[in-house]
Amino acid sequence: MSGRKRTLEAMSFELFMTAVAAIALVIIIAPSLVVLIVSFTSGFSLRFPPPGYSLRWYAELWNAWQLHFAAKNSLIVALWATGLSVGLGVAAALAISRSRALSARLLDSLFMSPLVLPALAFGLAALMLFSLVGLPVSPLTLVIGHTVVCVPYVVRNTVAALAQLEPTLLESSAVLGASRLYTFRRVVLPLIRPGIIAGAFIAFMSSFDNVPVSLFLRDAATDMLPIRMWQDLEGKLDVTIAALSGVLIIATVALVAIMERVTGLSRRLTN
Amino acid sequence: MGAAPASRDVTSYGMGLAAPLALFFLLFFVAPLLQLLWLSLHNDTTALHWGLGQYLHFLTDPFSLSVLGSTLLLGAEVTAVCLVLGFPIAWLYQRVGPKLQTIIILIVLLPLLTSVVVRTFAWIVILGRQGIINATLQSLGIIDTPLKLLYTQFGVVLALAQVQMPLMTLPLITALGRIDPNLDDASCSLGAGSWRTFFRIVLPLALPGVIAGCTLTYAAAITAFITQSLIGGGQMLFMPMYLYQQASTLQNWPFAAAISIIFLLAVLAVVSVFTTLGRMSRGYGGA
Repeated sequence: MSGRKRTLEAMSFELFMTAVAAIALVIIIAPSLVVLIVSFTSGFSLRFPPPGYSLRWYAELWNAWQLHFAAKNSLIVALWATGLSVGLGVAAALAISRSRALSARLLDSLFMSPLVLPALAFGLAALMLFSLVGLPVSPLTLVIGHTVVCVPYVVRNTVAALAQLEPTLLESSAVLGASRLYTFRRVVLPLIRPGIIAGAFIAFMSSFDNVPVSLFLRDAATDMLPIRMWQDLEGKLDVTIAALSGVLIIATVALVAIMERVTGLSRRLTN
Repeated sequence: MGAAPASRDVTSYGMGLAAPLALFFLLFFVAPLLQLLWLSLHNDTTALHWGLGQYLHFLTDPFSLSVLGSTLLLGAEVTAVCLVLGFPIAWLYQRVGPKLQTIIILIVLLPLLTSVVVRTFAWIVILGRQGIINATLQSLGIIDTPLKLLYTQFGVVLALAQVQMPLMTLPLITALGRIDPNLDDASCSLGAGSWRTFFRIVLPLALPGVIAGCTLTYAAAITAFITQSLIGGGQMLFMPMYLYQQASTLQNWPFAAAISIIFLLAVLAVVSVFTTLGRMSRGYGGA
């Protein structure tokens, strides 16, 4: 009798948890699917389900030069910010990861702080400083601002990869007569490369998607893609934006699939 | 051949390698924030007169205080929704095979890397007057006129919860993965039911993950200015938009600086409360 009661009780628990998890997973995935479906509409509105299907809005996208221009700017800034983040971030990660000194832990907190501080406040602060020292906003100030908010991802992933590295490997390499630089190039770098790539990927995506920093640090001539999209959406609901969203969703899925292969991204983010 | 002295530790690198990034942060992160603080301590827009006028203005203005209050409340609501929906995902993840695990993790991960504007746009399509929810309810004859879902607190919380869900779920998956599965069995074989085992064993042991997830979700939700402004519309004002309006439209930089500092302090206060709780919970669950 009590055994039967317990199984009922266990079943109620499992049923409840599974049902909530299923609802939550649907809530997570549904919006992207909805946008993807709506982007193929043949009509003029964002009605769901669409009255018919066509590629007309993707064709429209082909001629949207304003969006092309903004996308190009976003891509260039993201590439520069990612490059700078990798250069500065990997070096810093090497220095702080194996040190137990207080200074290393303080630097670690400093390098991570852009992740929790409101980016909009940082954007405003950077704009004020640049205007105080007489540096006008330009693509350069954009790259600097983006690097500050993107470098934490590179530092964090590289530090995590270095933590997995066996110190004995470095010792054996040194005992066998290899110089530090040689050991770094032939032993350390190949082992931490997936971590660096994963960090660079997340840094790139977050720069490409950044609005709060760009809002303050871009000049009038430098339109950025997420800002362009945001302003278009504030004005009117344009189906072209749905097509662009479709392109971005498909590109993200493809990039994540590649990154999962190359770096085991999902395991990196849950360890 | 230039052999290094034997005493030198070959497993670590010098702190000098951190110098370029430290310098970069000093110039472009620390200095701007100090300048922000300096400007917020001036009473006039030309920054000639020192004083606490901007802070007094904020703290005695009912409108400003209500913006701060609604922002902090919004963060709490979004965090609660994410926790209630995210925990079962992490629980399910630990109970399925490796294939389903990969699918779950990719479903959770994808939104994190998809553009925030795209994700927010999706919610406009779903919640709008002609959106899926209204169209479905109308075709089922449940309602006659479309419900107002967009530009409501409900809409903002729902959209933000979806946008920030990965930040809650990923630390929870990590935390649940570290719990010894035998504890679960032991508790059940000693006669505790599944619900009791969950609340007395699993939840307390997962507390570090819960706290990490809550910190990230809360900080992200209150600063998520795109989703707040697009789903909330013009009538709902939260701290990021308030700060942007004062800085950009009104050019009131000292007041915008004071808003920023108050907002920064509010975020820091919440993060440090969570961090303290996390330290306490690790002593409790880490044994």
